Amino acid sequence: MSQKTYQISNRTKGLKPEYIAAMLFLLPNIIGFAIFTLWPMIYSLLLGFMDWGLINQASFVGVANYQEILHDSIFWISLKNTVLYSFVKVPINLILSLLLAILLNKKIHGRNFFRTISFLPSVCSSVSVAIIWKPLLESTKNGLVNHFLSYLGISAIPFLSSTLWSMPSVIGVGIWKELGFFMIIYLAGLQGIPSMYYEAAEIDGANAKVKFFHITLPLIAPTTFFAFVTSLIGSFQIFDLTSVLTDGGPANSTNTLVMYIYQNGFKWFRMGYASALALILFIIIFIVTITQNQISNNNAY
Amino acid sequence: MTKNKKSSRVMMYCVLGILFLYFFIPFWWMVITSFKSYTEVYTKPYALYSKSFNWQNYPIVLQSLPFMTYLLNTVKVSLMVCLGTLITSSMAAYAFARLHFPGRDKIFFLYLATLMIPRQTVLIPNFILFRNLGLLDNLWSLILSGIFTAYGTFLLRQFFLTIPQELEEAAIIDGLGYKDRFLKIILPLAKPALTTLLIITLLGIWNEYLNALVFIQSDDKRTLTLGLALLRSDLDIQWNQVMAATMFSISPIVIVYLSAQKYFVEGIALSGLKG
Repeated sequence: MSQKTYQISNRTKGLKPEYIAAMLFLLPNIIGFAIFTLWPMIYSLLLGFMDWGLINQASFVGVANYQEILHDSIFWISLKNTVLYSFVKVPINLILSLLLAILLNKKIHGRNFFRTISFLPSVCSSVSVAIIWKPLLESTKNGLVNHFLSYLGISAIPFLSSTLWSMPSVIGVGIWKELGFFMIIYLAGLQGIPSMYYEAAEIDGANAKVKFFHITLPLIAPTTFFAFVTSLIGSFQIFDLTSVLTDGGPANSTNTLVMYIYQNGFKWFRMGYASALALILFIIIFIVTITQNQISNNNAY
Repeated sequence: MTKNKKSSRVMMYCVLGILFLYFFIPFWWMVITSFKSYTEVYTKPYALYSKSFNWQNYPIVLQSLPFMTYLLNTVKVSLMVCLGTLITSSMAAYAFARLHFPGRDKIFFLYLATLMIPRQTVLIPNFILFRNLGLLDNLWSLILSGIFTAYGTFLLRQFFLTIPQELEEAAIIDGLGYKDRFLKIILPLAKPALTTLLIITLLGIWNEYLNALVFIQSDDKRTLTLGLALLRSDLDIQWNQVMAATMFSISPIVIVYLSAQKYFVEGIALSGLKG
């Protein structure tokens, strides 16, 4: 390689061999990236100003798509659902996974077994998770969850078939799937806290509550911040789970932004309109990321 | 004091017991249901035990839908995407972390910025691109759209930066070129980061659904997630068979996880530590 680059550099005078090597190393990734991400992103921007149904000729319609979005009630419902799902699920998920991580960081019997089991849903696809939970959440006593509730004297809850319960159910299944993943992230964070902090606190007579709020929580803040942002960005893109579990229903109560992009693009073949919706998703994620950068620069996380 | 400690220990195991049931029962129910008879599924769908052992549910569902083909397709796509991602990301990361060229940090910043682009935003242009290339309904559409990520390059670059410069300087004195330094010095030292990228890529592509839903049409090109999702609307198929199919679909990745658990846990943990 070094000999080869030397020869090349002789032919292309002025270019250092290191530049050529760098170019060759970058090329495969950059080309693929340009074709499958960068150019599509620009293309998507342009499509947002078009009216195009795949078979007809695309025509320029200016900001008509965006004007229509403003008055599109299903868009607003889908956006509301997506935001609701994200901002309810993520905090609950993080609190529960931190508590689980603290529990599984103690020296207890069967610790590894519990860690293994709780991470199991995270390796399964959202599709399979939805397929398993759908019958469990059936509205009648035939569903396992309602069957169990009937022993407690609670009458059957229409988990997936009422507009009131559908979103909480989706959130519950979402937490079941992701809890173990963030538990692992927290476990690594907890193990990074030097034990001497706790020892010093114990000498000062601190109890478990004081140790948690004055040592664990502040020192785990960077992990929480990272987990919060990644989890939030992932949640804004929810599609698989709701698509299979509820198909957005009943009455659009679990329709999400990405589902609405999919429906416009590939059910009704409104490529321009779907691209405009996709751009809105991009802007939301862009804002979250920029805010994250601002906060982490200010706090040196 | 000791009595207090004992009772809090009992509490802790109670909490763990409940958590165990929460995580475990859905899986247990899936396995049991996959062996239930038709009558059992109809009369007691909630039951967590089965009086019969209908292993035939498996051959029945595997014959009525080509799940073996789905599995093979998922394996093919996953292998190619993992291999492609590891190769291209590590090469680019080496250039960004170890080589000097004009505009390096500007290009890298641009790269980093594109981490914000959600895959769904480029879904429609990619659909059009693959249609024009004649790659729709072809596994290559899933492979090509999965390989090139800025995330992999970013993760590996951060790790490569931590490898001491002296190691490479020694190799330069020994007359090693860029290729050899990359292959013989950097890559062997970067095994933890490569494992992390491998696991995250594998979990992502094995469980991928949206791209497959959009790009793939014919039955013999479907992946496991696509085949499984179809079952929910197939009225001819009973729940015991659906669960047999689900069991079949998740088994490979669960087996991989259980046998390489240490790497999964370390890999996920490393991905959470900001570089």
